[in-house]
Amino acid sequence: MISHLRSLWLVFKHMFHKRETVQYPEEKPYLPPRWRGRIVLTRDPDGMERCVACYLCAAACPVDCISLQATEDENGRRYPEFFRINFSRCIFCGYCEDACPTYAIQLIPDFEMAEYDRQNLVYEKEHLLISGQGKYHGYNFYRVAGVDAGVKPKGGGEKESEPVDVRKLLP
Amino acid sequence: MATIYIDNVPYEVKDGENLLQACLSVGKNLTYFCWHPALHSVGACRQCAVIRYRDENDTRGRIVMACMEPVADQARISIDAPEAKKFRAQNIESLMINHPHDCPVCDEGGECHLQDMTVMSGHNYRRYRFKKRTHLNQYLGPFLHHEMNRCIQCYRCVRFYNDYAEGKDFGVFAAHDDVYFGRYEPGVLENEFSGNLVEVCPTGVFTDKTLRKRYTRKWDLTNAPSICHQCGLGCNIIASERYGSLRRILNRYNGDVNGYFICDRGRFGYEYVNSQRRIQHALKQEPAGQWQGLKKDTAIREIRNRIRAAKRVIGIGSPRASLESNFLLRELAGAEHFYAGVSEKESRLIKEVLHILRHSGVRTPSLKETETYDAIFVIGEDVTNTAPRLALSLRQAAKNQPKEKAKALKIADWNDAAIREVIQGQKGPLFIAAPYATRLDDAALATHQAHPDEIARLAFAVAHHVDAAAADAELPEKAKAFARQVADALVAAKKPLIVAGTSLYSPSLIHAAANVAMALKKAGKEAGLTYTVPEVNSMGLMMMTDQYLEQAFEQVYSGQADMVIVVENDLYRRLPADQVDEFFRKAGTVVVLDSIAHRTGEHAHFVLPAGTFAESSGTVVNNEGRAQRFFQVYQPRNDIQSTWKWLQAFVEKEQLAAANLDDVIQQLTMAYPELEGVREAAPGAQFRVGTQKIPREPHRYSGRTAMLAHINVSEPKPPEDPDSPLSFTMEGYVGTPPAPLTPFFWSPGWNSVQAVNRYQQEVGGMLRGGNPGRRLIEANGSSLQYFTDIPAAFHPDNFHWNIVPAYHIFGSDELSALSEPLQERIPALYLALSPADAQALQLQPGQQAELNVSGQTLRLPVVIRPDLPGGYVLVPKGWEATAGWLFPVQSSLKPMQV
Ligand code: SF4
Ligand code: SF4
Ligand code: SF4
Ligand code: SF4
Ligand code: FES
Repeated sequence: MISHLRSLWLVFKHMFHKRETVQYPEEKPYLPPRWRGRIVLTRDPDGMERCVACYLCAAACPVDCISLQATEDENGRRYPEFFRINFSRCIFCGYCEDACPTYAIQLIPDFEMAEYDRQNLVYEKEHLLISGQGKYHGYNFYRVAGVDAGVKPKGGGEKESEPVDVRKLLP
Repeated sequence: MATIYIDNVPYEVKDGENLLQACLSVGKNLTYFCWHPALHSVGACRQCAVIRYRDENDTRGRIVMACMEPVADQARISIDAPEAKKFRAQNIESLMINHPHDCPVCDEGGECHLQDMTVMSGHNYRRYRFKKRTHLNQYLGPFLHHEMNRCIQCYRCVRFYNDYAEGKDFGVFAAHDDVYFGRYEPGVLENEFSGNLVEVCPTGVFTDKTLRKRYTRKWDLTNAPSICHQCGLGCNIIASERYGSLRRILNRYNGDVNGYFICDRGRFGYEYVNSQRRIQHALKQEPAGQWQGLKKDTAIREIRNRIRAAKRVIGIGSPRASLESNFLLRELAGAEHFYAGVSEKESRLIKEVLHILRHSGVRTPSLKETETYDAIFVIGEDVTNTAPRLALSLRQAAKNQPKEKAKALKIADWNDAAIREVIQGQKGPLFIAAPYATRLDDAALATHQAHPDEIARLAFAVAHHVDAAAADAELPEKAKAFARQVADALVAAKKPLIVAGTSLYSPSLIHAAANVAMALKKAGKEAGLTYTVPEVNSMGLMMMTDQYLEQAFEQVYSGQADMVIVVENDLYRRLPADQVDEFFRKAGTVVVLDSIAHRTGEHAHFVLPAGTFAESSGTVVNNEGRAQRFFQVYQPRNDIQSTWKWLQAFVEKEQLAAANLDDVIQQLTMAYPELEGVREAAPGAQFRVGTQKIPREPHRYSGRTAMLAHINVSEPKPPEDPDSPLSFTMEGYVGTPPAPLTPFFWSPGWNSVQAVNRYQQEVGGMLRGGNPGRRLIEANGSSLQYFTDIPAAFHPDNFHWNIVPAYHIFGSDELSALSEPLQERIPALYLALSPADAQALQLQPGQQAELNVSGQTLRLPVVIRPDLPGGYVLVPKGWEATAGWLFPVQSSLKPMQV
């Protein structure tokens, strides 16, 4: 009896509390920048695709919903020929972003991806690639890597010395 | 056996090994770079440091390199002592100082020994903040990509390429920490085993260019244990697929066959599997010239009706088809109407080889065993080009006698640098008699070039020198001296090995080789006899039938047969074109099952798409008589399937119509008791580890729910494999499966190919549970008499020039020659002759010469080879224009009229 009365009292009290229900979609909630929502592929500061098709995100993905194929352009720059995410499987865990060595793949604060047809949740590279750098600015993997992919010549990096002259025997 | 204490725990290890080998054999994790189980120790990288204690009272010990310390009974060492761990972590840190930030774009990533060792040593943070030294890369040809920045100077590459494979165009340049591993100038790496650098180099300096084109990480590949189909040796390989195309071939260690290495034809010649010339669907040609695609069921129904209506169906098998495929064809056509799809000449040669293997009483060693012989006589074979991997083994065997000197000095087998110091490049008793200078000649003590008939005579004479009871042949002076030298060396050896083969199409040469081997055996030697054969299943096919192609033709000419089924065979590569044309004109209904479109297929009324080795499972028998199973790598998404599966649809016998591979093998062994061992070549489809199948995919396989999502977002059910205990998925047993069922090598902490250490009973030894494959033929008794069919001495004939086949590792094999990366290495067809003959015929190098072979005129550019003694000419074997020639052929020869 006592507990019933107590419950009634508590419910009654709530009538004077601030309302928690948000009038979505008229009213949008605040999502912090590190919210793990829709996945995008970003570009490096020079406007080129950041993804080097290393397959690490695909390996990290616990539901195996990322699949891609590496290829190379005429300069030897590696990039994905196709890059597919099946969002109907994605659990937005962010492991792919964690695994990515180039900041290419990023999860952004956007969750409005609902579809009536599940097939529409299969995103290809053209749906994923954005034109900016996303959350992380200024990083271009090919500037710090050792390979020559048309971005800098061998030995042209900041922390690199000129290529060795192999015919030289000086100490 | 000796007892050693590793961190105070006693272990039983083998005497004569080094401590690194011993530690790895007992399952310890110890880092290393420069040591390799086949290349042994040089102590260059300092990565295998352990502490060695004098006795149990010694608490300080001293740091030693495990790979340079012999196993000694009661030795006490520590891997885990803090000083040893620190040493290894610091060593790797200094090796990594200049290492580029490349892993994401490095093809070695995910199967990199350097990554593995770095993690194992605990070095995980880069402290070095200064500039890195950089190197320029070289173009090394169509097989290998070079990325020199990643080198850690372990010297394995030169030790393999220069010391082991004895290549000449590779080396180490510059000095101190600038050392550079490559060629003197950019260009194609010439050695036939260069591809092994992909596996030997512990870093991403040398990577597979054919994989690079559509790169996939190791963890994403679907793999199957397979057998190389590109020559008669049957090296064990791992074949890998992703997204429906074959991506690469790796060596699959087999302690009896290929060990750690395969040749470049096997490694890079796989791309015909992905070629444009693949037959994708069933096809029907009616009326002639009009092709239409058929559904699988329609094709089967129509062909079945034709078979019912036919008066007599004959089956033409193939040495490049599995035992199972040939067997089903035999069941379909009936034993008496099943023909080996090779010429009479070739079938007789291989029958002879089989006869000698069965009855000569001389052992035919396994490929790996050939490395234990100490004197070798190669009779007529250009081994590097007809059975490439064997050449690499012979090179090792040739070093055995010089190595005796090191043994006498009590230098351990594994102490590679010291042994080389002692040998000083001295050559062992390897003798080669061949129609032209071969790629193996540089390792030989003496060589001799002559016409095949003269070589046979020479070999007969050698046998006579060894045992006077054997028939003798009169020789010219030079040959006489050579024969005596060879005979003396063979008699002086403990284990002499005779190598011959079918490549020159000379039965007397095969007999002469047997004579030498039998004579040596009679002289009390532990002699060996190895024959090379032309194709992957040449031996298996000839164990199934005595009937050959010409007899099949006869059936058609006599009007007895009105329907022909040809299995995995281009008859234009077997007999001269005019004969084959004639055959097809009269053949009635022709059904061709093959993977590749070719001239024979053009004559077919029905063509069915057969699987290559990548889409089929089956068994093949190599030159040694070893039955080896290969497994389907992936399930294609069209109608392509194993030839034997297609044939099942037409076989009346109930036990076969719905059978899986095991049932087919069951029936096969019932029909051929000699093939009984085929059953033991691998565990059957019912085999499980516990209750689990063995996954073809590593447990980190990615993209399962996305790779086909663009077609349909609901994932399809994975295909099932009724023929083997392997599954097409990543689920199943993770661990060491039985050796014949190992789809890839992986072990915790060991992601690179060097994980194979964990699959061996002892490092560098037999695989756990025994090496795969079953020998079907063992030499018993010695019931054979010496052969006496000495050919007449060779006399040049300027009107009928003898044409002798020349072989090329890239080009002579039918299927690998269709692979794009190889094509760059295939020479254009040529005619080679001696300088004197060229002069007599007034032919200049590059000029066109006109040949006339069985009514067909051919114009070929002239090449002058000083190694030819003259009197005969060379033309490459296996090119489309020459494939059907029945060597030895004769032809007129003249400069082309302008
Ligand atoms: S981890 Fe990053 S760079 Fe690598 S494939 Fe994924 S998105 Fe591309
Ligand atoms: S060699 Fe190994 S460690 Fe070096 S970049 Fe390649 S994968 Fe990374
Ligand atoms: S190229 Fe590879 S094998 Fe050769 S020294 Fe460098 S790391 Fe070792
Ligand atoms: S030697 Fe023969 S079987 Fe071995 S890899 Fe080369 S082609 Fe294949
Ligand atoms: S492995 Fe022992 S020093 Fe290199």
